[in-house]
Amino acid sequence: MSRIKQRFEQRLAAGKKVLIPYITAGDPKPETTVPLMHAMVEAGADIIELGVPFSDPMAEGPVIQKAMERALESGTSLTDVLDRVAEFRQTDMETPVVVMGYLNPIEVMGYREFADKATAAGVDGVLTVDIPPEEAEDYISAFKNKDLDPIFLVAPTTNDERMKLISSAGGGFVYYVSVKGVTGAGHLNTDEVSDKVEQIKSFTDLPVGVGFGIKDGDSARRVANVADAVVVGSAIVQRIEANASDSGKITLAVCELIKELRTAID
Amino acid sequence: MKSDNANNANQKYAMPDEKGHFGVYGGKFVAETLMVPLEELQQAYDNYMQDPAFQKELDFELQQYVGRPSPLYYAERWSEQIGGAKIYLKREDLNHTGAHKVNNTVGQALLAKRMGKTRIIAETGAGQHGVASATVAARLGLECVVYMGAEDIQRQAMNVYRMKLLGATVVPVTSGSQTLKDALNEAMRDWVTNIDNTFYIIGTVAGPHPYPAMVRDFQAILGRESRQQILQHEGRLPDALVACIGGGSNAIGLFYPFIDDTEVQMVGVEAAGDGIETGRHAAALCAGDPGVLHGNRTYLIEDKNGQIIPTHSISAGLDYPGVGPEHAWLKDIGRAEYVSVTDTEALQGFHDLTRIEGILPALESSHAVAYTAKLAASMSKEQIIIMNLSGRGDKDIHTVATHEGIEL
Repeated sequence: MSRIKQRFEQRLAAGKKVLIPYITAGDPKPETTVPLMHAMVEAGADIIELGVPFSDPMAEGPVIQKAMERALESGTSLTDVLDRVAEFRQTDMETPVVVMGYLNPIEVMGYREFADKATAAGVDGVLTVDIPPEEAEDYISAFKNKDLDPIFLVAPTTNDERMKLISSAGGGFVYYVSVKGVTGAGHLNTDEVSDKVEQIKSFTDLPVGVGFGIKDGDSARRVANVADAVVVGSAIVQRIEANASDSGKITLAVCELIKELRTAID
Repeated sequence: MKSDNANNANQKYAMPDEKGHFGVYGGKFVAETLMVPLEELQQAYDNYMQDPAFQKELDFELQQYVGRPSPLYYAERWSEQIGGAKIYLKREDLNHTGAHKVNNTVGQALLAKRMGKTRIIAETGAGQHGVASATVAARLGLECVVYMGAEDIQRQAMNVYRMKLLGATVVPVTSGSQTLKDALNEAMRDWVTNIDNTFYIIGTVAGPHPYPAMVRDFQAILGRESRQQILQHEGRLPDALVACIGGGSNAIGLFYPFIDDTEVQMVGVEAAGDGIETGRHAAALCAGDPGVLHGNRTYLIEDKNGQIIPTHSISAGLDYPGVGPEHAWLKDIGRAEYVSVTDTEALQGFHDLTRIEGILPALESSHAVAYTAKLAASMSKEQIIIMNLSGRGDKDIHTVATHEGIEL
């Protein structure tokens, strides 16, 4: 059984929801990432979403754009991100890691080479923002027979037909983008999210995680009431940005938020 | 001249396929939020391109508002000085707003209106597409927001002011390299946020399907006119077509109606900037590799890790790390060839055409001018070249003066 599946089953069976914080690998420095991942697990993270920096992150709001710029300045490539995951796996074999990014770095590495290296590093899921299932035939087939789930997004604009397609193409969990917009933006409408999660669940047995627009304990709690997992990105990255010069402060500030989120959703 | 805006029914060449692929290129590589809106756009486009009322309105606007057809002008003095092929210039610089860009913005804005959208957004590099978008927005009473790289705003102050005069909001983009590619990223972010009331008018044959095909179809009018005009002037097809390439919309507009005429050579001219060997250039087809950016697979200027590299060209409109996917396909199948000329050569072309023909070309078009001069010199006097003079150079006077150390 994949680590993602196992983690969802354990948590949901215990009546809890899954907390998925996001950080960009290499932000602000390459050496910050792995200790921060461990600290986040310690503070209550269930799955880590690790961003692969890209020069043109079209779906990101300003906070994650800047994080990706910092990570690129610190010299972080896709290979480096996979190395960070391998390093994390030296002491944590339990916590699933999902890498999130844009297609071009994977395209340039080659789908098969990427799938081999990601599996060897201990990556569990891959969320690529700009590849819909229609374009993903070769991409998905490179992941076949590996413990590597292709995770796809569902958006407020997604219709029934596409939900069916996404459910059959994807693995791990379905990531519902709760607002029309970029990361870190918008107002969360919990009623709409609730309806949409229900609709998604009528097409798939996969758990549903919700992200975009979850900023604090209160919004996390409201989302956790209607979804299986809560993804928090910009609010965490903002704390990294605010403390970028001091890695000790980054850890404190990020873990403080993760504890708040954990308490709120449990 | 009666124009036929529908797809060239008699053409054998039939790209893209249903999913918007030109071979391995093109496609729809976007975040999920945009997939359904792109399907809706495709349906509306297919529907209206078959609709006689829409066609009639489009023809009227192109004729009465844009000023089509544009002349196909025989540059006699220039041809004689070079001493080779006869050079004809397709005078897109004479269009309303001064470039080919308006052919596409008129089409897309009419489509936006039919789709009930009240707000249009656009990205711009040199400012020509931004001006053309702001112009049709004013004409149709639509709100208009234009995204423009902060560096380009510096280089193209006059066009920024023109857009503001036309009632558009110009948003400076300070992320990334602060040029056209970043403006496109920001426009996409706006679109995803305001999808309900907003139509995104992409200015070139890039972006996700159906944009590359739709923009090509709107620009193909200039190629259809050229074909008809050269038959009138010379009683035969040209030997070669030359056009500059940033994203590639003016080039594909010229090439497309000639694709089946395999005896007609097609040449796209990219920006070599300081020279390809310096790494400071914008020649994706000549010096790039395939990758995925801005919704499609195409040739890109990228590093070994798949990160997009900042480009350089004296011409803001060519300063883009990608190229339309159909050009990538035409390159791979060998139907078109792609070359590059440097900033210095383009400036020489700018001066030559201005002094010899009294026509001030845009710095983008000056790249085509520079290569046309070389190509014509290698051809005989019986041979014919059509070069797309895609825009006028008034907007570039400051850039040229500054480059030459002249203070205006």
